[in-house]
Amino acid sequence: MKVAFILNGRNREFEVSPEEYLLETLRSHHITSVKNGCNESTCGVCTVLLDGKPVLSCSVLTARIEGQEVTTVEGIQKEVEHISDYFGDEGADQCGFCNSGLALTIHALKKEIKDPSEEDIKNYIVGNLCRCSGYQSQLKAIKRYLEDHK
Amino acid sequence: MLRVPITTESHQALFGGPQMRIVKHKTPSIDGKGIMMGRPAYSDDLADPNALIIKILRSPHAFAKIKSIDTTQAKELNGVEIVLTYQDVPKRSFTRAGQGYPEPSPHDKFVLDEYVRFVGDEVACVAAISEKIAVQALNLIKVEYEVLEPVLDFEKAYENQSVIHPEEGILEMFPIGFLPKKNVAASYEMNVGNVDDVLKSCDVVIEESFYTQAQAHAMMEPHTVNARIDFQNRLVLYTSTQTPFHVRRILSQTLDVPLSRIRVIKPRVGGGFGGKQALHGEMFAALVTLKTGKPSKINYTRSEVFESSYTRHPMRIDVKLGADKDGTLKAIDCYILSDTGAYGEHALTVFMVAGSKVLPLYNKVDAVRFAGQVVYTNHVSAGAFRGYGAIQGNFAIESAVDMLCAKLDMDPILFRQKNMILEGETSPIFAIMGEGTEGTAMNMESCKLDFCVKRGLELSHWKDIYPRKEIKDSKVKAVGMAIAMQGSGIPYIDMGAATIKLNDDGFYNLMVGATDIGQGSDTILAQIAAEELMTTVDKVIVYSSDSDLTPFDTGAYASSTTYVSGNAVLNAAKIMKNMLLEEAANALKVELKYVEFDGFTFKAKDQEISFRDLANRLYYNEDQKQLTATGSYVGTKSPPPFMAGFITIELDKETGEYDILDYVSVVDCGTPINPKLAQGQVEGGIVQGIGMAAYEDVQYSSKGSLLSNGFLNYHIPTTKNIHKLTTEFAESYEESGPFGAKSVGEIGIDTPPAALANAVYNATGVRIKTLPITPQKIYEGIQKLKQKEISNEAK
Repeated sequence: MKVAFILNGRNREFEVSPEEYLLETLRSHHITSVKNGCNESTCGVCTVLLDGKPVLSCSVLTARIEGQEVTTVEGIQKEVEHISDYFGDEGADQCGFCNSGLALTIHALKKEIKDPSEEDIKNYIVGNLCRCSGYQSQLKAIKRYLEDHK
Repeated sequence: MLRVPITTESHQALFGGPQMRIVKHKTPSIDGKGIMMGRPAYSDDLADPNALIIKILRSPHAFAKIKSIDTTQAKELNGVEIVLTYQDVPKRSFTRAGQGYPEPSPHDKFVLDEYVRFVGDEVACVAAISEKIAVQALNLIKVEYEVLEPVLDFEKAYENQSVIHPEEGILEMFPIGFLPKKNVAASYEMNVGNVDDVLKSCDVVIEESFYTQAQAHAMMEPHTVNARIDFQNRLVLYTSTQTPFHVRRILSQTLDVPLSRIRVIKPRVGGGFGGKQALHGEMFAALVTLKTGKPSKINYTRSEVFESSYTRHPMRIDVKLGADKDGTLKAIDCYILSDTGAYGEHALTVFMVAGSKVLPLYNKVDAVRFAGQVVYTNHVSAGAFRGYGAIQGNFAIESAVDMLCAKLDMDPILFRQKNMILEGETSPIFAIMGEGTEGTAMNMESCKLDFCVKRGLELSHWKDIYPRKEIKDSKVKAVGMAIAMQGSGIPYIDMGAATIKLNDDGFYNLMVGATDIGQGSDTILAQIAAEELMTTVDKVIVYSSDSDLTPFDTGAYASSTTYVSGNAVLNAAKIMKNMLLEEAANALKVELKYVEFDGFTFKAKDQEISFRDLANRLYYNEDQKQLTATGSYVGTKSPPPFMAGFITIELDKETGEYDILDYVSVVDCGTPINPKLAQGQVEGGIVQGIGMAAYEDVQYSSKGSLLSNGFLNYHIPTTKNIHKLTTEFAESYEESGPFGAKSVGEIGIDTPPAALANAVYNATGVRIKTLPITPQKIYEGIQKLKQKEISNEAK
């Protein structure tokens, strides 16, 4: 079946099977920034923005997003580059497998919550698992980024 | 201005002692930005779009023999390219361990076998044009099993009626105490002095047993491999590995393909922690592509990562400590039973490290015995995992030390300060125990453990809290601590090499075999090169881990990269710098001794030539030639990093529930080449160690199938579990390391289990000796103590 949606600002049409999830659709069309970490909605590395809200692309049926807007890091490169400067400064990037998904979650957090507390940030990104950093450097980077980009 | 030759020593003198421009300064990861921005980097991002999809049929039984296997229907399914069973693959035993050669792990694995030894073991391999078809094909394979009685309790494995490896053709590469007919993968014993005699003479002796559980690596990127045949008719693998050169060798040896026909490329790796030291998937991708000539790929599902890769070795550790009344520790007796699961990967070495990287902490004892066995069970195979035995041994010894102190009525800090290893000292254990072989004698040229303890006491506000402080109602705050050591590579075995290539316009390529798996080694190796070449990190373009294009390196394990590979880079950079000075002397037509270099300009008397002009001259104008320098390094010792870890908890005595308020780490890793990345290594290790200490637990059903096979039933720490981490580095300089560095990749993980157990004891009087330390265990302990009090009062 054909599904049309907006991918990173452009109207796109994809031929998909009814049971195909968005993660597979994107990766099979070379949007490899969206990672497959568990394929069962538990790790956060496949995060994309659907109409601006972070969702796990492994649990979104492509057939169900007709007309909606999908954003990956390719769609907000400038902002992701800014976020990455803060991560670099805090030594918060290690293996990086979770980072593109996390960057999208941070982008959504910035839009959704004004002046978030540390607890707000922790709650917002709790679904973006990271096995490398121990989270503290990530939290420092995110706090500083949000502070500087009010 | 410097006179030639510029040495590290003169460099230090110039910058006032070990002052450096690039090393020990903040440098962002060279690849962090591109990765976050989503550029293709990981194995699966680089797979051939037409790759056949490989799926593995896995055993539903913990132990069984395949009576018959019928693949007819699967092969007939439209879209299926190939189906492989044990009848189709070479019958040559190997080990997936991913170690140097000959390996200290038994060769007890076949690519596919007629026996299956755990739920999730490989039965057959299917490659098809889509995942859907491959999965359909798996369901069409008919297997008849003779179900055998599994061994699921490692304390009953030795000489069990069920022999897990009854087959022919398995072997040890050198004596490791391999007794497969008795379910023993490895065994070992060593003695310093006579432990029994010394223990008899001690005023106080404690004897305790500790249990450590299996932990899952749970790196975010699952095991992922893709293969293709290139236009030179060679097999090319992109694989998420920690050991690309070992992968190439093991593929060649096992599949009987010449080494020269295989290229292994390690692209970006999404975390490893030891789990990707081994081969998981490489054999199947290589076989399918060799047999079909077509590109293929295998991506482990998350449940396959849990069920069919590796765990940490669970252990029972029996400890006897003997001391005199004045608090002098005199003897340590340690017996370990380790569970290696279905295959003996890292069986001997992980077990030995539980002794060799823990026992020397208390180097003043009169006698030490360390012995034990590593047994097979029908569990998921255990393998390398950050800490590599040291975390298990540390939990036992550092818990036992606090228990001994309680019996001696002595302050555990004073006890450690009196008995622990100090700078300039040694331990006989270094010479006796290596990793699978004899060890290497060494003195602790850099050991700031005393500082680490002192500083940790301040940072944790130990004196204000120890042992506990009542907060309100049933809540108490308490502290606990432990000390730890690790190593820096395996001496005389681990070799790293680096090649530096000068380019026109004056920048370099640094080609290293060393394997960046996310820890940042590409960045810190670039810093080491930039420091020595007096340039900046952006002028050093790193390529790592391509078996065709980069020099050799044993890989990212055993805390070796900074120390071993870093020294190789430093050696290469020194050679390159001298080449440049010689070329500058040629260009300026002066004797070498007159040339001075500041990183930008070569000067001699009143002449000068910029580095950039010199580089361009070499490629376009005069004396044309390519400058390339290769350095390599093999350690002659393994200088340990040290640390002291202090935990502060708040515990509810009504429920046993607790929160970790702060974890203070004071670490001696020599010079931290990149302080922020080193801090990331420590903190990542601490949090992984907290996971093991507090809740991570690989669980099986009574039939041996894995219950904890996803992130919903195997919890790793999230942002909600971590409150505060306080990390500092001791000023320390290891002469043998690059710019004074030792390793830092593993040391962070070692202390949390013992520190937490000690804090829980300080809070409640309950001693938890079986990991993980759950609220339920604490609650039950508190209830038992209460009952004891009541019955004592009744008496």
